[in-house]
Amino acid sequence: MNQYVHTIRIDPEKCQGRMKCMRICPTQAIRVQGGLATIIEERCIDCGECITACPNQAIVPLTDPFGELTKFRHTIAIPSPALYAQFGKEILPDKILSGLKKLGFDDAFDLAFACGEVSFAIQEYLRDYKGSKPLISNACPTVVRLIQVKYPDLIDLIISIDTPREIAAREVKKKKSKQLELKEEEIGAFYLTPCPVKMISIRQPAEKGKSHLDGAISISDIYGPLLSALEGVERESYRKALESICILGIGWAIVGGICRTLRLKNSLAVSGLSEIIKVFDDIEQGKLRNIDFIEAYSCPQGCVGGSLTVENLYISYNKILKLIETLEYEKIKACPDIREVRKLYNQKYFFIKGKLEPRPLKPLDKDLATAIKKRKEKDAIYEALPKIDCGVCGSPTCLTFAEDVVRGETELLNCIFNFPQRFKALSQELSELLDKSIVATPTRSETKKG
Amino acid sequence: MTDENELSLAFEIIGGDFRRAGSVSTKIKEILQEIGIDSSVIYRAAIAMYEAEMNVVMYAKKGQFTLHLSPSMIQMKIDDEGPGIGDIGLAMQEGYSTATNEMREMGFGAGMGLPNIKKNADKFEISSTLGKGTSLHMFFYLNQQREE
Repeated sequence: MNQYVHTIRIDPEKCQGRMKCMRICPTQAIRVQGGLATIIEERCIDCGECITACPNQAIVPLTDPFGELTKFRHTIAIPSPALYAQFGKEILPDKILSGLKKLGFDDAFDLAFACGEVSFAIQEYLRDYKGSKPLISNACPTVVRLIQVKYPDLIDLIISIDTPREIAAREVKKKKSKQLELKEEEIGAFYLTPCPVKMISIRQPAEKGKSHLDGAISISDIYGPLLSALEGVERESYRKALESICILGIGWAIVGGICRTLRLKNSLAVSGLSEIIKVFDDIEQGKLRNIDFIEAYSCPQGCVGGSLTVENLYISYNKILKLIETLEYEKIKACPDIREVRKLYNQKYFFIKGKLEPRPLKPLDKDLATAIKKRKEKDAIYEALPKIDCGVCGSPTCLTFAEDVVRGETELLNCIFNFPQRFKALSQELSELLDKSIVATPTRSETKKG
Repeated sequence: MTDENELSLAFEIIGGDFRRAGSVSTKIKEILQEIGIDSSVIYRAAIAMYEAEMNVVMYAKKGQFTLHLSPSMIQMKIDDEGPGIGDIGLAMQEGYSTATNEMREMGFGAGMGLPNIKKNADKFEISSTLGKGTSLHMFFYLNQQREE
């Protein structure tokens, strides 16, 4: 039984063991043995890099099918602001929300406004914060998992302000249950997600609590039906429709969206896992102590770059930027009221409930003395390896191969550079066999006779 | 306790090399994680060793970082060839620093280095000779009873 829930599955029928996934995995969680890729569950942070890398579409994300809606008496769609960037310039959030209702949701909730509120709440939090810096955004669940697994000592830097999607789901359910006289369990809140990891953050929140969301539907799954549903939807005048967009919140779809609202603070925005890893290494090395806040997204350019989106990520990134520019130019600022946010902030409205625990990887051995011994063995094995990370052994690098050997998960002879050794051993066996076989030949004297 | 259950590693730290500053500590941290040292100990050790490594990078010509690991404790020894510390008592005071403005620009030199090391290590020894260098020796004790 696995301790961790993952929504990434490898289809053994389709996998050809081509190792693209193994090489790209940022946490070295994939091995290929006997032509088949497998995921080491405890190492996986659900980033979805392997989904995109697989040339055979053998790695599939598991999101909720549309059918889940029937389980609830009232359903609400809560789209990631990245959904707003999937369509042309004329199709603004108001129209998209109406389109979602036409698709069968009872209601659709604009998340951008909640994002704006959370931006303000982060600002409040940073103003009074005196602890070690920089604080790190928890908006991207992959980043949170990366810290749990690879940077457990940075875990206290993750900001304890909850994400807009969770706060929105909590509040909208509360409101709707009162309005419609339904139990909160009878209301289903569905996140329309740009990436598979949000699904896991709903099924198994990193903070060990329970998510307020009931499921996640992939933007790529809903895109087609939504596009047809939009055809008949009446649109408000462009200008009027602009007025409903929260300028603070819409930016959450792209990297830098939170930072640009924290103008008085020293903040950084970073996207892409390899870049994030560099920045986190710098934090550990004490190089970023002057930075107050870091916004990090595992997908390039932020949520618009998620593997379950449809539009080219640079186009959708630009769309969000243009929208913000237009709103600024037209001086439209549909923003939450800062005084209102402060009041809620003081009531602990924004704070996350569950505690975030590290998820360190399994040590080389449970016994410390044995672990030290194994570490020395690993160093010795690694020293003897060619260090070219060819991957033929089925481990992504020579270093992970050495580790896999001391963990007993593979054997030294699987390194292709050990083939001469293996050949030597085999040929020795063979020559011994040959020696024996000569002794055992009885036929020669018989033929002489004949 | 046999020798094979102990691990000794030495690393070179180059003074003034801010680009690679902290890389030795990162390497050691990975070793501690892999061996399965408790994360609260790693957290304390990480703070102490980054501070110690940064001290060498900031003030000394070069230094040697020696890690000695046994099932009962982690020992770290940092010996540098540098200006040395004239008044150790003063250097141990919080807020006292001889950092230049550039160092402060980078976020260092808050005068918390040595006090932070002392606070985070279970045992801490320091000795210094003016004009020659400084030696730090820190110890972290390991509770051998470990959870499943």
